Amino acid sequence: MSQLGTYLLLFALVVSCYGLLAAAVGAKTGRPALVESARRCAFGVLVTVAAANATMLAALLSNEFAIRYVADNSARETPVFFKALSLWAADSGSLLLWNLILAGYIAAVAVRFRRDRPPTFPYALSVLFAVQVFYLILINGPAQPFASLANPPADGRGPAPLLQNHPLMAVHPPFLYLGFIGFTVPFAFGIAALLAGQGLDQWVSLIRRWTLVVWCFLTVGLLLGALWSYSVLGWGGYWAWDPVENVALLPWLLSTAFLHSVMLQERRGMARLWNIALVIGAFSLMTFGTFLTRANVLSSVHAFAQTSVGPAYLAFLALALLAGFGLVAWRLPTLRTPASLTSAISREGAFVANNMLLLAAAAIILLGTTFPLVVEAVSGQQVTVGGPYFRSSVTPVFLLILLLAGTAPLLPWRATNRSRALRRLRVPATAAALVMIATAWAGVRQITVVAGFGLAALVFVTSGQEILGGLAIGRRGLRAGTVRALVRGRRRHAGLVVHLGLALVAAGITASYSLGQQAQVTLKTGQSTVFGGQVLRYQGLHTDQQPQRIVLTTTVSVTNSSGGTAGTLDPRMNLYPAATEPIGSPSIRRGIVWDLYASLISLQDDGGSATFRFYRNPGVNWLWFGGLVMALGGIAAAWPSRRPNSGGDQGAKAVRKRAAVEAGAP
Amino acid sequence: MRRRLTRLTRRRTRLLAGVGAAVAVIVALLATGLGRDPSVIASPLVGHMAPNFTLAQLDGPPVTLFKLRGQIVVVNFWASWCTECQVEQAALDQMWQQFRDSGVVVIGVNFQDTAGAARSYVSTADVTYPVVEDTDSSTALAYGLRGVPETFVVNQSGRIVDHVIGPIDEATLVSEINAMLLASAR
Repeated sequence: MSQLGTYLLLFALVVSCYGLLAAAVGAKTGRPALVESARRCAFGVLVTVAAANATMLAALLSNEFAIRYVADNSARETPVFFKALSLWAADSGSLLLWNLILAGYIAAVAVRFRRDRPPTFPYALSVLFAVQVFYLILINGPAQPFASLANPPADGRGPAPLLQNHPLMAVHPPFLYLGFIGFTVPFAFGIAALLAGQGLDQWVSLIRRWTLVVWCFLTVGLLLGALWSYSVLGWGGYWAWDPVENVALLPWLLSTAFLHSVMLQERRGMARLWNIALVIGAFSLMTFGTFLTRANVLSSVHAFAQTSVGPAYLAFLALALLAGFGLVAWRLPTLRTPASLTSAISREGAFVANNMLLLAAAAIILLGTTFPLVVEAVSGQQVTVGGPYFRSSVTPVFLLILLLAGTAPLLPWRATNRSRALRRLRVPATAAALVMIATAWAGVRQITVVAGFGLAALVFVTSGQEILGGLAIGRRGLRAGTVRALVRGRRRHAGLVVHLGLALVAAGITASYSLGQQAQVTLKTGQSTVFGGQVLRYQGLHTDQQPQRIVLTTTVSVTNSSGGTAGTLDPRMNLYPAATEPIGSPSIRRGIVWDLYASLISLQDDGGSATFRFYRNPGVNWLWFGGLVMALGGIAAAWPSRRPNSGGDQGAKAVRKRAAVEAGAP
Repeated sequence: MRRRLTRLTRRRTRLLAGVGAAVAVIVALLATGLGRDPSVIASPLVGHMAPNFTLAQLDGPPVTLFKLRGQIVVVNFWASWCTECQVEQAALDQMWQQFRDSGVVVIGVNFQDTAGAARSYVSTADVTYPVVEDTDSSTALAYGLRGVPETFVVNQSGRIVDHVIGPIDEATLVSEINAMLLASAR
């Protein structure tokens, strides 16, 4: 099996190299037959890499400990579900999945452009294959997931305990990978336009929908990561400003900026240089994030074990930056756009401000994340930058972003009729003011918290009002029901739905960061404590010997102050053979407003007494729900329009035109 | 026309040089982070007395660390399920053969393992140095073990002088031991 996997990966590399050469030569000489053969290579690579993944999966499931990766990351007693997950539990295995997803994206591009191909397509295809070649070289060279052991052990080590503690591990990495790797497609088309020196406006329409899909994956991936952290790590929070969390947020911020500024280029022919720089930046940051995680440069819960892939990632990052920004410098004269802002208070002005703020947030986070590296390179001292820096410096920027999200949708393109904009702002502003007054009245004195709730209300009401307003106009004009009205302004409505989700997320983050409570208590069996208006009683310990671990489960009954039973909490501790310390599993009673969260810290006297940490977290579920709404809005915006063969924007325009014609007809 | 072109070329060259320089700075900065493991902080045990232990050998009498005073002791934590331990095992054994008559002891402390698996590994992989069982992991706790393999070098007076996380580098360890033997011979 080890040999089969190795040969499959080698074959995939050969096919990719051919694809790269054929596409590049085809682009240069304009020979369509070569380009077509390169396009077909995409499917060959996909099938081969999929077969390599299947081989590893089979090896994991059949306890093939002669393969070192299997011996290191699986064991006989590991449940089948977690055996399968071990495919991406460590560095070299996750590179298999990484290659598979990249091959999938290239095949999707190959399918999408099977007939109508923009002139930049061959260039884009060669960039895509170049990236695939890099990742296949990594996996054939330094990573080698199929490396074998001379003396296969009788049993493997099993997955890292933290990774076999929750099923969320099944979905968080693949979603994040789908988001990360997806940036290769916009990057490839951007670079292709620069290489070809043409289509410098066309490429943004070609990849807007791709970017939206990638953005949705990344949003969901980040959310699932936060959810995993909240549900597994037992510290009561969901975002720790860990370096690897930060570097996943950076491409998200840049792609969010891009999805807004792309409208400037589509509608007004502005921001050509800006957009291409954003896409190259997002791809470079994605590579940078991968480098940080896998080269084990910074300390993080996500860091993979020491591997030899660091220098290769660094070289690839240098190449991406040099090629990307070098090409931008080369084509600079053609990237300048004549159009400029008519008025600062307009939709264009708002998009420019939005981009500045998102970039400022990204810069602050990047600075905080890389600061330890800079300090150590200069002075040799080890430092860490913690949550307080990020929270205090990023919060004002995020508040301004909310202010913009709550007002910009009311502004028209070009110049603004101020009195009209102010009239539309009346309801949202009143709602925001009321919420702020209510918050302050309830005793909250932190200005950022009051502002956070107020601005979340502003965004929510503005978005809601604009969606409802759009529907009402649609009904009056069309008399054909709301569905058509929704379709007519789908892009705008979908964007507003994303903003609705954003408002919920903002409210959830504000609430959970500022209004939560926590307490650490030690209870004897039968003893109780009052926390957050509820009586928590330690009922006792239950030990469960499972094949792969020993689980110590405590039972804590929850009684309302009125005396009614509200259920139980069962925080656990899991002892895994390969871990020195027990791994805790928190127990959470989720509610619409409040979560009651319990972590087992330690046990004394064989469970006769136990130390718990209890948290009462408000708004955490708004965050999950809001994130889901954002992703759904993104999917709605990316959904193909009725004419599948026209590019995203042309399609939307065609639908708009058709609707206008129908509206005029008797 | 030509002048405009040369101006354009000059500007392009300057811009490209700027991009190159910026990338070089970023790469140089990141490269400094490559050679180190950020999770390793200098072990607080280095320079302190090694925690004592008395542990049963797999096949043989119990071993007490204090009784080995006057000799250099290499305490290596390992497990049969640990592939990294297999990587370093041959090197450890070779070192033991090289130094066993010069006052150096290698002790393998078996961690979170079953006696059966440990014994079968010792016989198939030809481990010749003494192997003891840390059945309740108390020795591992005393040494603040993070995982296996981990190796502690204890000098003749019982102080920990080095702590290696992950597989040992044979050359470094041999030169370290040679230096210690030389210093004690003076």
